[in-house]
Amino acid sequence: MSIDLSQFIPSFLEESFEGLELMESSLLTLEAGDNETIHTIFRAAHSIKGGAGTFGFSEVTEFTHLVETLLDEMRDGRREISPQDIEILLDSVDCMRLLIESARDGHSCEDEKIAITSQRLSQTLNNSDVLSATDNSSATDKETINNNASENHCWHIQFLPEHQLVQTGNDPLLLFNALTDLGNITLRANTDELPPLNDMHAEELYLSWYIELVSACSEEDIKEVFEWVEDECKLIISKQANNATIQTIQQQNNSDKTQEKNDIASSSTSKQDIENNTNAVKSIASSVTTTNNTHDKKAITKPKTELGSIRVGVDKVDSLINLVGELVITQSMLSELGSDFDISKLDKLTSGLEQLLQNTKELQESVMRIRMLPISFAFNRFPRLIHDLSKKTGKSIELIIKGEQTELDKTVMEQIGDPLVHLVRNAADHGIEPVDVRLGAGKPEQGTITLDAYHQGGNIVIEISDDGGGINRQAVLEKAIEKGIVEPSASLSDAQVFDLLFEPGFSTAKEVSDISGRGVGMDVVKRNIQSLGGRIQVESEQGKGSTFKVNLPLTLAILDGQLVRVGEEIYIIPLIAIVESLQVDPNLVNRASGDMVLYRLREDNVPVLPVYQLFNLPADNTDINESLLVVVEADGEKVGLMVDDLLAQQQVVIKSLKDNYQQVEGVSGATILGDGSVAMILDIQGMINIALQKAQQLQQNREKVAS
Amino acid sequence: MNIQALAQEIPEQGEQAFEGIDFITDGEQYLTFILGSEQYGVDILCVEEIRSWEKPTRIPNSPDYVKGVINMRGIIVPIIDLRQKFSIGKPYYGATTVVIVLTTSCELKKRTIGFVVDGVSDVLNADESDIKPAPAFGGCIPQYYIDGLVNVGDKVITLLNVKELQSLEAHQILST
Repeated sequence: MSIDLSQFIPSFLEESFEGLELMESSLLTLEAGDNETIHTIFRAAHSIKGGAGTFGFSEVTEFTHLVETLLDEMRDGRREISPQDIEILLDSVDCMRLLIESARDGHSCEDEKIAITSQRLSQTLNNSDVLSATDNSSATDKETINNNASENHCWHIQFLPEHQLVQTGNDPLLLFNALTDLGNITLRANTDELPPLNDMHAEELYLSWYIELVSACSEEDIKEVFEWVEDECKLIISKQANNATIQTIQQQNNSDKTQEKNDIASSSTSKQDIENNTNAVKSIASSVTTTNNTHDKKAITKPKTELGSIRVGVDKVDSLINLVGELVITQSMLSELGSDFDISKLDKLTSGLEQLLQNTKELQESVMRIRMLPISFAFNRFPRLIHDLSKKTGKSIELIIKGEQTELDKTVMEQIGDPLVHLVRNAADHGIEPVDVRLGAGKPEQGTITLDAYHQGGNIVIEISDDGGGINRQAVLEKAIEKGIVEPSASLSDAQVFDLLFEPGFSTAKEVSDISGRGVGMDVVKRNIQSLGGRIQVESEQGKGSTFKVNLPLTLAILDGQLVRVGEEIYIIPLIAIVESLQVDPNLVNRASGDMVLYRLREDNVPVLPVYQLFNLPADNTDINESLLVVVEADGEKVGLMVDDLLAQQQVVIKSLKDNYQQVEGVSGATILGDGSVAMILDIQGMINIALQKAQQLQQNREKVAS
Repeated sequence: MNIQALAQEIPEQGEQAFEGIDFITDGEQYLTFILGSEQYGVDILCVEEIRSWEKPTRIPNSPDYVKGVINMRGIIVPIIDLRQKFSIGKPYYGATTVVIVLTTSCELKKRTIGFVVDGVSDVLNADESDIKPAPAFGGCIPQYYIDGLVNVGDKVITLLNVKELQSLEAHQILST
């Protein structure tokens, strides 16, 4: 009898990744003497090993075996739990993940990290065998590591970026600058791949680099520099034993036939030179940033072939089954009623229909709840991230996570993960100041990053706040003026200034050193969030810290809507956008700035947008003084939509217009109403855009007439 | 079972029977329809269904010939009036007005659009050799919509390219 094992591989993978996550989070909380946690970690490792063995993933098995042995020693109390060991184990978790991923994709993993980590693992194991009698083993480890670290190494780095590297807003120059922070570097550009000028794409990068770095840093430090681009380049890092050999290598190189190139391209050590060297690249990169909007998207949305699966609690499934049971009962009751119906049974029919309504509603909610997962799934990875970041940056950072039980649609969750990582990384890298600065500013040495999630209306709000230096408003503004994004004379609110951080191309603002990096890929973050129908806001106070607020819809499929009528057409306004609906009081209608209709809503002047004008429809009522206004808010702007009638409120299922037609400005989608007809869902931002375009056209026409 | 072989035997039973199964012929089949006083054809394999006219929901700021969208079993389908698109005949919506719903797949994505025509007439068999290129001059339908002309009796049928009809770049909304 043979069983096709391959059908179980997906569940093995899923369990393994869960196990790895568990190991990771447990390792971060692990303290000496905490036996329960060690048991948890050990069990997770053990099941991964067992599973991998069954499916013949021998690489995974071998590696996990080492990890398991180490854990076993800890579990039995034969080994003290030292911070070094935890570091190694954390690295091992990464390696196991890599190995399992490559096993899934069916190729062998050749990452150097695995070899190094497994070596470190066996070293640690050997050490403990020799020194197991003395408790000092960990201290000795530490010393040797320190010894290694203080020595200068010569690193050889080959950096072979893919051609589209610059299209994702990355700039090699910034990478090299970061490298010079680690130590002295010698840079050589390889121009072999440079095509003739005619074939050259302004948006592509044809150069690759060979870098020699003399530094006491570790390989991880170097890798971190390239972390943002590691998916888009080939990186070969090798270590030369010590300083002395650098000379010989350089000599060899000089005698190489690439000598002429060296003369042109090789330059030494200082930042200045690198800048010259990569000026060409920079100009390409900056020209790209203006045109890369469409390309960016391609690069971000990696094709995901996995269908994925959801683990659902039994209670959720049970409640579903109950509801379906009730639905069946209601259905049979109604069909019995229908088979011989007379008017005396009308009461029964009405109550039956009511019951049906109730059942359907509950069923819908339960089904939606299946897709809902607590946001801790997305938050789980952050303790590790912060742990690594604080190690790398030398800052001490505390992460506070709140509201991790807040539930969120699975699709939204999957897509929000990366932007969140970006924001948290930024907060740790650039938000939190170095220790000496913090102490100087009278703040506690340890920086705090807070992740919070909560529901607000039909939305979920995720807040990432830090108690760091905040954003330098003036510097951002100056940069924006310099880049020509903002007119020098413009007076902007704080929110508008901080919004500039999300401008594409703002990311490479290296001159503004105290906010540099705040913008790396921020435009991508914003776009990702917007594509989910969400928005992002920044609040920041200089010296006190910044808060990034991400507002997301709970689900992408269903929306609470207010039905309104304009002429013969029915439109749906997302309930979440509505501030209030009111009957116009003619006294509060003002005309200002050349026939612009404004409605005074308490302190605010709300511009009035007649829907019938924007959409070129006939309407019952074109007199503003007798109309109904629905005041809506989009991107912090309030506008009043003039409609003929307010109808019911109901939940609507969003259908895309793009599938068979195309995106329509002012309409975010369509839905099917109870009577089977189609109604358009209004997109407030889009409607504002239409109004702006119309106003501009009008102005131009008037100018023509005037002249 | 060899259907072709079966078809060989059937003619003995009379002319009528043969006509009934002549879908087995190798040539392409086209659904023909009427626009104004002219006959047109589209590849029958693209035809999803033929519906009677129902009033669609308007799409804001769309061109005249885009009549709006309808709900076809939960799918939102845009409706385009070919008569207005090609400026042939007068748009009239009555009992004989029908909507031909066409589906094409492009890069794994299916696209479904309904086209309003004056009436559906017939199914036409045409070998590739029967299809003649349309003269480049005259006619108010842009050349790229036309696959060719086929003679049927005294009449000429214009074969339309469904892929081109569906390509909405050509139907681009002119924002006003």
